[in-house]
Amino acid sequence: MTVALKVSNLKKTYKNGTVALKGLDLTVQSGEIFALLGPNGAGKSTLIGIISSLVNATSGEVEVFGDSLTKQRNLVKSHIGLVPQEFNFNMFEKPMDILVNQAGYYGVPRKIAIQRAEKYLKQLQLWDKKGTMSRSLSGGMKRRLMIARAMMNEPKLLILDEPTAGVDIEIRRSMWEFVEQIAKDGTTIILTTHYLEEAEQLCKNIAIINHGEIIKNTTIKQLLTTLDIETFIFDLDKSPSDELLKALDAEITEDHSIQLDVHKSKALNDVFKTIDELGFKVLSMRNKVNRLEELFFKMTHKPTDKQSDMEDMA
Amino acid sequence: MNSVALTAFYTLGRKEVVRILRIWSQTILPPAITMTLYFVIFGNLIGKRIGQMGGFDYMSFIVPGLVMMSVITNSYGNIVSSFFGAKFSKHIEEMLVSPMPNWVILFGHVLGALSRVILVGSIVTVISLFFTEIHIYNIWIVISTVILTSVVFALAGFVNACLATKFDDIAIIPAFILTPLTYLGGVFYSISLLPEFWQTVSKFNPVLYMVNAFRYGFLGVSDVNIYQAYAVMLTFLVVLTGICLTMLNKGIGLRT
Repeated sequence: MTVALKVSNLKKTYKNGTVALKGLDLTVQSGEIFALLGPNGAGKSTLIGIISSLVNATSGEVEVFGDSLTKQRNLVKSHIGLVPQEFNFNMFEKPMDILVNQAGYYGVPRKIAIQRAEKYLKQLQLWDKKGTMSRSLSGGMKRRLMIARAMMNEPKLLILDEPTAGVDIEIRRSMWEFVEQIAKDGTTIILTTHYLEEAEQLCKNIAIINHGEIIKNTTIKQLLTTLDIETFIFDLDKSPSDELLKALDAEITEDHSIQLDVHKSKALNDVFKTIDELGFKVLSMRNKVNRLEELFFKMTHKPTDKQSDMEDMA
Repeated sequence: MNSVALTAFYTLGRKEVVRILRIWSQTILPPAITMTLYFVIFGNLIGKRIGQMGGFDYMSFIVPGLVMMSVITNSYGNIVSSFFGAKFSKHIEEMLVSPMPNWVILFGHVLGALSRVILVGSIVTVISLFFTEIHIYNIWIVISTVILTSVVFALAGFVNACLATKFDDIAIIPAFILTPLTYLGGVFYSISLLPEFWQTVSKFNPVLYMVNAFRYGFLGVSDVNIYQAYAVMLTFLVVLTGICLTMLNKGIGLRT
């Protein structure tokens, strides 16, 4: 399998002295949907900015499909499509013009650009808005317009920086389908998102970045196995007794509901057995939080961080 | 020029021209009205009392200067508003992430400025025909001076737009540098009217050379040597092109 992106010892220090990246290394294989997660200010956008030539690196090397960003910048740019976090198109232009012009900047002849624009506007359900002033589009439409724009050069590597932020569930799911489809067609995708279920749903591999460093780079499946405790909520047929709460080391969340942490070594059957023996019936059961979200929180909020935060507050 | 650069250049140039035509009430109408007022007030009303200047009636004398004034302000203003606007609303990133060479980004915008200048300059020239007869001494000098001046001020505007971080920054240069240089650059008078000291000072003003070269193309008279005027314009063109390309290559004002 070829390497789509190779980042080696990448460092970035801004003029104000902020160190955004501290010698970051990352490899993304071609053809995959790769999740890049991290809290705000972790360095994700700086990394994406450097890869897409919007930010100058202080040192280090970036290669996209074997081409060096420092030595063959324009060739590398031609491989990439970028969907940034913020809306960055001319709000006074029409979607059709935005797409056709973007293709033109990549050297796509106008005739082909118009055909491609039609294809992507239709795929992203924006065709009927092709002649509308972009500023009057809804938030979800603007996000889809940016995805369509990023596809105009038919990139080998598509970078999606929080593409579904502020988008309703229905459109988010249709965007997931689109992303999965273009990945199937051979485009490598790097996805940053705050919706961790999105990463879990779409991506096989994941890197977690914090304070300018990759703190975890593995498969999502492997990452989830490191989670040793899961929190469950049980909805019961009646209010739980003190005896039940004590037996399960649980707490009441609502009138007829209890919440408890279950270690992965413990079978859920034991929990059901205890509940049954004490005369209660389980009406329904669910995870309290997304498992990946819980892991992410644990990894990016180490006790030392919490402690220093508390000290700052004091 | 490779095909990517050629297509990108065409796309950017076309986009700029479409922008100018789309917002014609901001780009074409105001200079036409302003210049008409100049012709009426300075040329027609005041000019009649001034009499001759440089061997021509005052209206004929100031027409080339006024056309050149509109060339300078529109060329500079077009690129500043277009490029800084793109930077401010971040759609400059559409160009920065693309493989379009930096010289295409620069000269695509310059082409836009030149298109507006040709449009506005033509309109102003047509308006001037309502007030006076236009003499043309050498059409090639007229055309080359318009192009060189337009490109020079477009490049200067590009530097301003790159370095600007807020709208104040793009208003300061035209108000405090460009306008005084233009007004003191021989648009309304021949520097032979000035005392010797101020004549020498005026010769440090590049606009003087542009206005006089243009006037020479129309009337065959100039306060400066025509070759010297071309040398000044070409020097500014080369130096400013170098500065603009260096800024683009290093990402000054564009990349963090």
